[in-house]
Order: sequence, then structure tokens, then C-alpha cells
Amino acid sequence: MKNVFVYCELEHQKIAEVSLELLTKGRQLASELGCALEAVVIGHELDDIAKSLFPFGVDVVHIADDSRLQNYLTLPHAHILTQLFMQESPQIVLFGGTFIGRDVSPRVASALRCGLTADCTSLVIGDYTEPKTKKEYQNLLYQIRPAFGGNILATIINPDMHPQMATVREGVMKKEILDDAYKGSINKIDTHAWLNDTDFAVQIIEKHITEKKINIKYAPIIVAGGYGVGSKENFELLFQLAKLLGGDVAGTRAAVDAGFIDHDRQVGQTGLTVRPKLYIACGISGAIQHVAGMDQSAQIISINTDAHAPINAIADYAIIGDLMEVIPKIIKSYIKNSK
Amino acid sequence: MKKFNIIVLVKQVPDTRHVGKDGMKADGTINRAALPAIFNPDDMQALEQALRIKDLYPQTTISVLTMGPPRAANILREGLYRGADMAYLVTDKRFAGSDTLATSYALSLAVNKLKPFDLVFTGRQAIDGDTAQVGPQTAEKLSIPQITLAEEILAIDNNTVKVKRTIANGIEIVKAKLPVLITVTGSAAACRPRHAKLYMRYKYARTNQELAKEDEKMQALFKSRPYLKIHVWSVDDLNADPLWLGLGGSPTKVKKVENVVLAAKDSKVLENDESQINELIQELMNNHTLG
Repeated sequence: MKNVFVYCELEHQKIAEVSLELLTKGRQLASELGCALEAVVIGHELDDIAKSLFPFGVDVVHIADDSRLQNYLTLPHAHILTQLFMQESPQIVLFGGTFIGRDVSPRVASALRCGLTADCTSLVIGDYTEPKTKKEYQNLLYQIRPAFGGNILATIINPDMHPQMATVREGVMKKEILDDAYKGSINKIDTHAWLNDTDFAVQIIEKHITEKKINIKYAPIIVAGGYGVGSKENFELLFQLAKLLGGDVAGTRAAVDAGFIDHDRQVGQTGLTVRPKLYIACGISGAIQHVAGMDQSAQIISINTDAHAPINAIADYAIIGDLMEVIPKIIKSYIKNSK
Repeated sequence: MKKFNIIVLVKQVPDTRHVGKDGMKADGTINRAALPAIFNPDDMQALEQALRIKDLYPQTTISVLTMGPPRAANILREGLYRGADMAYLVTDKRFAGSDTLATSYALSLAVNKLKPFDLVFTGRQAIDGDTAQVGPQTAEKLSIPQITLAEEILAIDNNTVKVKRTIANGIEIVKAKLPVLITVTGSAAACRPRHAKLYMRYKYARTNQELAKEDEKMQALFKSRPYLKIHVWSVDDLNADPLWLGLGGSPTKVKKVENVVLAAKDSKVLENDESQINELIQELMNNHTLG
């Protein structure tokens, strides 16, 4: 009771990377709170998958194994999670901020009538005193996220209506094995008792998976552009530089919204979190939304006409100038020095 | 002739994509006055999917429904100009401070007043919160299935709808029985522009509160044209439980909001100058940051 739960989602019969990252975070939170860490996996043929979670410090893995659950469907997942949480009363539940996590978690939060905070960039345990009643709460989950288009940073809490639920995007937390010999137990959910026909009201007729074309998450060097790049055509220059340096191109949300660059390349709170050895920020002002996804880069170069752009504060090198002039100089210098 | 009763949930949002220098106050809070209030972009795409069904089945009724302050009537008029038939504004001071759960509760009560409905559409998410929670939460409260991230409605008949939706690394085609709630992604077809005739027809659409400020001539015109009425519902009209509303009905509380001042590194500032840039590139190559 009152444990920390992580909803582990499956990607081609493997636990998604983000879920493993959340198990690591969940383990830290559970240890700090002195409670157990429990995982939930819903799908089909899960025995080996369930066992693979113990090394992350999972005490109990709940599995709902049923041939009808081969593919993700909102209603059966929401229904199983709701019943499980009503039975187990977790204090914290974490979901990946993925297509699936963002689909199922609000439905569960609504059914349980509890709070849910989307796209947290940091989760911390702390106390709270209600300003009016002076009522004191101990060991709440601070759910920290950029808000309002990424222009401010908000700390959200759910003092009374538990569980405290949050979603986190892939790459925000770090995955770490706790102990290969860690011992936990498996609880099998009786899916026939818990599911009924109305849970299968939506049917999948076709599914087309394309292998991910773009994956900038592991690029050692990232050349990123913001709204200040000005156009899709101007982004070509960034691609040129990235290709030359053996890196890849990313964009801010503003650049994605403006149609300058593909959504798969968005870095920030609502996109990807990256940790390259070099991040070259071109025409990027430095909204928190964006910085949350790149501030752990080993080195940062900013190219901006505005000497007071917030991004310059976290840059190791700030080049003050028009990126359309600066980038060609970098290209020229790199070619010259490579010879 | 088949006809459908469609409800489109929309939201008026501050244009957070264009927060300029006046967007933030000195104390780090949002200067809402400096941000234009707009029709949430994804909700426009949702409206378009509803209009396409009405193109096929002209007897269909589309209602645009929003919860917000009285000025949110502006986006309802925008919906009417683009082809919606009815407009509903849920507004009451007691709704203020609602988080996504309390919002979905109020919206579900309003949707239920428009029963029997076939489809509820809404945008994937609103740009001021980006949570994508209100759609699924409203579906849960209505006890109907949801289809999130819809790209396109492929087919609809009396009982079922077929939808193409985005999933991780691909697409999925799903079929669901009506009624169902569908959230539409920002990459779906853009909404058609205002229709000139509809603009003329609805430009005097008013809530009662707005009408009270108009002259007698306008009041008389309004009386003779009942379609100009923007319906307004309060907490009492919805028979809402006050414990589920506003700040009190919201499980999540904002503990703290801060304007983050990025911790300044000891950064080296360079001019747009060939030799300075060359020096930096050499340095990065020497320490193997660049290969």
C-alpha cells in the first residue's frame, strides 16, 4: 500500500526505454519515501519481460497477460490500471509522456479523480503548508514542468487527491540498473474477471509502422535552429554544417510550429531531451521549454544577433552575429583546419 | 438522409507561441494583457473534421462548446463563421482555477445537455497547457470511448466511425461504435477559412450579456433572428456539484511559479569575426569536441 508505481509500456514486445528510465526514478523516490516500487505491464506473453524488470529495483511486477491485449487499446489498459490502483492505493504513479502514456493516463486520472501533471522535467519529494488553512503535508511529489508555452517553470502538487500522477518524456530521466540479483515478485492480474466486452469498443483494423527515420537522440553533435533561422530554406545551411561535423539537426518548438523543420527533430520539454557533446544553438532565444531538453549538453555554442538572448547565459561560447554569416565562417574554418 | 449531432470542444488561449518582450512582467509572471487571445490551433483542425462530415451529410448539426470567461464568445462566433450551427459558452466565476480534471467535469455536464450526440471532437491539446488531458478525461466522464491523435475521419455511417490516427512511428486505422470522443492532431487538415455568407449571417451573434450592451435596434434584430443566440450556461444551469469545480475541485495545485533565470556559465563572447571563429574551431578540434 502507498507504494510508487510505474506503468511500463511495450514497444515491439520490449519495455520502452522511457519506462526503464522511470523505473530508475521510481526506485529513487521509493527509497527516499521508504516504500516499495511496483511496475505494471499489460500485453501478451509477458513472463520473461516481467522478470527483466527486477534489476531496476522493482519489488512487485503486476502483469495483465491476455491474447486480446496484444496491441495497445485505450479502454482495456485504462480499465485494468483503474482497478489495480483502486485496489493497491499507490501514492505515486509515473507514465511515459508517449503516445500511449498520454492517451491512457488522463483516462485513469479521471476515473480515480486524482491529479495528473503532464511532461514533468523534474520530480522531487518535499513538504507543503497550505497557505490558508496552514495544514501541513509531508513528502509530497513536487512535479516540476515548464508551463505557458515554456515561458515559466511551475511546481505542481496534488496534496489530497491521490495517487499523485505524472508523465515524463523519454530521455528526461536516466536509466540505471540497480542490482542484477534484485529479487521481486510477480502478481498476475485475472484479466477475464477485470475486462468486459465494452472495453473492446474500439478495434484496430490496420497498423502501419515505419522504422523511425530520424533519431537525433544519440547524435554526438547537434546543430539546432530556432524561429530566428527564418525559413525552411535557411535551415539547409544548418543541415550542411551538421553533415560536415558528423552531427544532426534539431529545432525548437517555434521552428517546428512555423514549419521550418520536422516534428521528429524537436528538442525541448514537449519533444526530445538530448545530451550531445556539442550543441550549436542557432537563432534560439532560450525559452525554458527548449533549454529543458538540451541544457545537459557537454558544450554549447550559441549564435544569435541578440547579445542578451537568455541562451547566451548557458552557452560556453556565444557568437554575436547573424547565423547566415557566422555558419559559413564556421564551415570554412572547419574545412581549412581539417586538411 | 443521415444526420449526425456533433459537438466540438474549443478553447480560447493566449498566443503563447509569440511571447514577446512584453509577454512577461518584471516579477516573472505572465502579462496576459500583452498576449492576443486566439482560437486554439488544434481545435480548429477538430472543427474542420466535423465540417467535413457536415459536407457529406448536410442535415448534421455542429455545436461549438467552450468553457471560459465571457470574452471566449469571440471564438464561438469564429466557429459559426466557419460553419458551426450552434454555440454554447459555459461561464461562471465558480469555474475559475479549474485544472484539467475539473474542466473535463464541467464540459462533460455541458455535453450531456446536448444528448443524444454522435461525436465529440476536440483538438489534441491547447497551446497554453500542452497537457492533452481534457479530451480523454471528458470521454471518461461521458463513459464513451476515445480516439486520440486523429488525422482524418475515413468513413462514418449510422453506428460506426473509421479513423486514421497517429501512433509512435506510424499510423493506425481504427473503428469505433458511436458515440465516441475524437481528439484531432495539429497535423490534420487545416480549417477552412470564414465563409463570407456565414460571416454576414452570424456577425451579430451575441450572448445575453453582450446583447444587453447593444442598442434597441440591435435588440429588435436579435429577437427576430433566434439563431443569433449564443447560449450561456452557468454552474446552476449545468446542475454542477460545487465540490468538483474550480480550485477546490482541482486535485493539482500550483505550489510555485518562477521565471527561470538561467544559471549563467562563464561564457566566452565572440564577435562575428573570421579569426575569432577560426580560433574557436581550432580549440574545439584540438580538444576533440569536433572530430
